[in-house]
Amino acid sequence: MYPREFDYVAPGTLDEALAVLASNPGAKIMSGGMSLIPMMKLRLLSPATVIDIGRIPGLDAIEDRGDHLAIGALVRHAQTASSDLVTTYAAALAQAAALTGDVQVRNRGTTVGAVAHADLAADTTAAVLALGATMVARSSAGTREIPASEFFVDTLTSALADDEILVELRVPKSGEGESSAYTKLGRRGGESDYAVAGVAAWVRKTNGSVSDARVALTGVGSKAMLSSGAMDAIIGSDGSEAAIAAAADRAADGISVLEDLYGSEEYKAHLAKVYVKRALGAALS
Amino acid sequence: MEVSLTVNGRNVSSDVEPRTLLVHLLREDLDLTGTHVGCESGYCGACTVHLDGKPVKSCTMLAVQAEGADITTIEGLANGELHAVQEGFWERHGLQCGYCTPGMIMSAAGMLAENDSPSEGEIKHGIEGNLCRCTGYHNIVKAIEYAAAKMRGDEPAEPEWEVSS
Ligand SMILES: Cc1cc2nc3c(=O)[nH]c(=O)nc-3n(C[C@H](O)[C@H](O)[C@H](O)COP(=O)(O)OP(=O)(O)OC[C@H]3O[C@@H](n4cnc5c(N)ncnc54)[C@H](O)[C@@H]3O)c2cc1C
Ligand code: FES
Ligand code: FES
Repeated sequence: MYPREFDYVAPGTLDEALAVLASNPGAKIMSGGMSLIPMMKLRLLSPATVIDIGRIPGLDAIEDRGDHLAIGALVRHAQTASSDLVTTYAAALAQAAALTGDVQVRNRGTTVGAVAHADLAADTTAAVLALGATMVARSSAGTREIPASEFFVDTLTSALADDEILVELRVPKSGEGESSAYTKLGRRGGESDYAVAGVAAWVRKTNGSVSDARVALTGVGSKAMLSSGAMDAIIGSDGSEAAIAAAADRAADGISVLEDLYGSEEYKAHLAKVYVKRALGAALS
Repeated sequence: MEVSLTVNGRNVSSDVEPRTLLVHLLREDLDLTGTHVGCESGYCGACTVHLDGKPVKSCTMLAVQAEGADITTIEGLANGELHAVQEGFWERHGLQCGYCTPGMIMSAAGMLAENDSPSEGEIKHGIEGNLCRCTGYHNIVKAIEYAAAKMRGDEPAEPEWEVSS
């Protein structure tokens, strides 16, 4: 399996990459290539130009910026999964990274690339939604910040414009009383491969009650999305087992669940409940 | 397009099309056919090589992405004598047809370089990206346990077939 022919450009700076992108409409950015290359081999995508950002220095760091962590465009899943900063301050993201693909995929694929790719069953997407992250996009015209809640538009479709490169992911650091978790059922069983259903939960506890929460589903609908039913139910509750069960019951409220090769609508709606319960349980434990 | 990299300690250059996959550069241009092609879709792991010491799937990487990289293939793993993982596969019968073996060994070697005392669960998680259609994995896990013991300087456990009941 070979991709169709394409021109390959590997710019040494971000500005150069943005200029090439601006002058080549339809060009594709490549970071880890773990989704782009398979799609090109299957000829689902045949861009005339591939812009490999893999050689641009300075994009591979995870930085502590006080109230948030900044994850550069070339930070690999493996790096996110094993980072002390991410594990401590954004646990759901580290867990999602650790459960993405296999070792070889995690050594190449990037956290930011997975967000840009916006697969409906990706792991990282749910984590960034639940954590309330912000995407930083750059084009030759300037820089734009996109909240995670506005980023995922549809299957494989994000709010990113054709001439933009996602340069950084900003994840608010979980502080006092805040915690998060990600759990999933994988397509190959257990936690292996893309999510049949995956749930990321973030909670804040103040004086014994849940004062704020975000619960995000992946693999269940056409894109990663927040579960407003579960969030409404858990916010203001005492976070007890009964409250978690009540929130889980409302996991798929108002969500159009999509059946696929891995499960019927009913099954997926059921899994959404099971995994909301587990993710909230883990975040509140 | 010219690509220059280090393969098994040797500096090599080759003129490739941008769409040439790393595995084809290795097998066809450099005659290193120890790296296998199974699924060609990123799932089976038969094509696993080390890129700067880490296991990656060479069918899901362009040769031009490896510019300046340090690649180790199964041919470069032995250093005068067999690598502990190769010895483990030999001693604990970690293969049948052998198709998955080069990739399995590269993944296992990558895992043990980071952690020479993996639990059985960690070993299974570590070879999640490698499929074997023959062995049922049991002896592969035993082979990796053997290699881990060797790398720690411990005596490997007796093979199961010699443990009297
Ligand atoms: C065998 C296998 C198993 C996998 N299993 C899982 C799994 O269990 N869970 C899971 O979530 N994912 C899985 N994946 C996908 C993996 O997570 C990819 O790494 C990820 O989806 C894409 O990241 P990447 O850096 O490789 O991006 P690429 O493949 O380089 O790019 C993907 C897409 O995003 C765009 N893009 C990438 N980076 C940017 C950027 N900085 N700015 C703008 N656009 C950009 C590209 O143009 C392309 O359209 C698997 C992949 C494989 C091959
Ligand atoms: S041949 Fe590369 S993963 Fe199967
Ligand atoms: S030994 Fe035959 S595929 Fe593994």
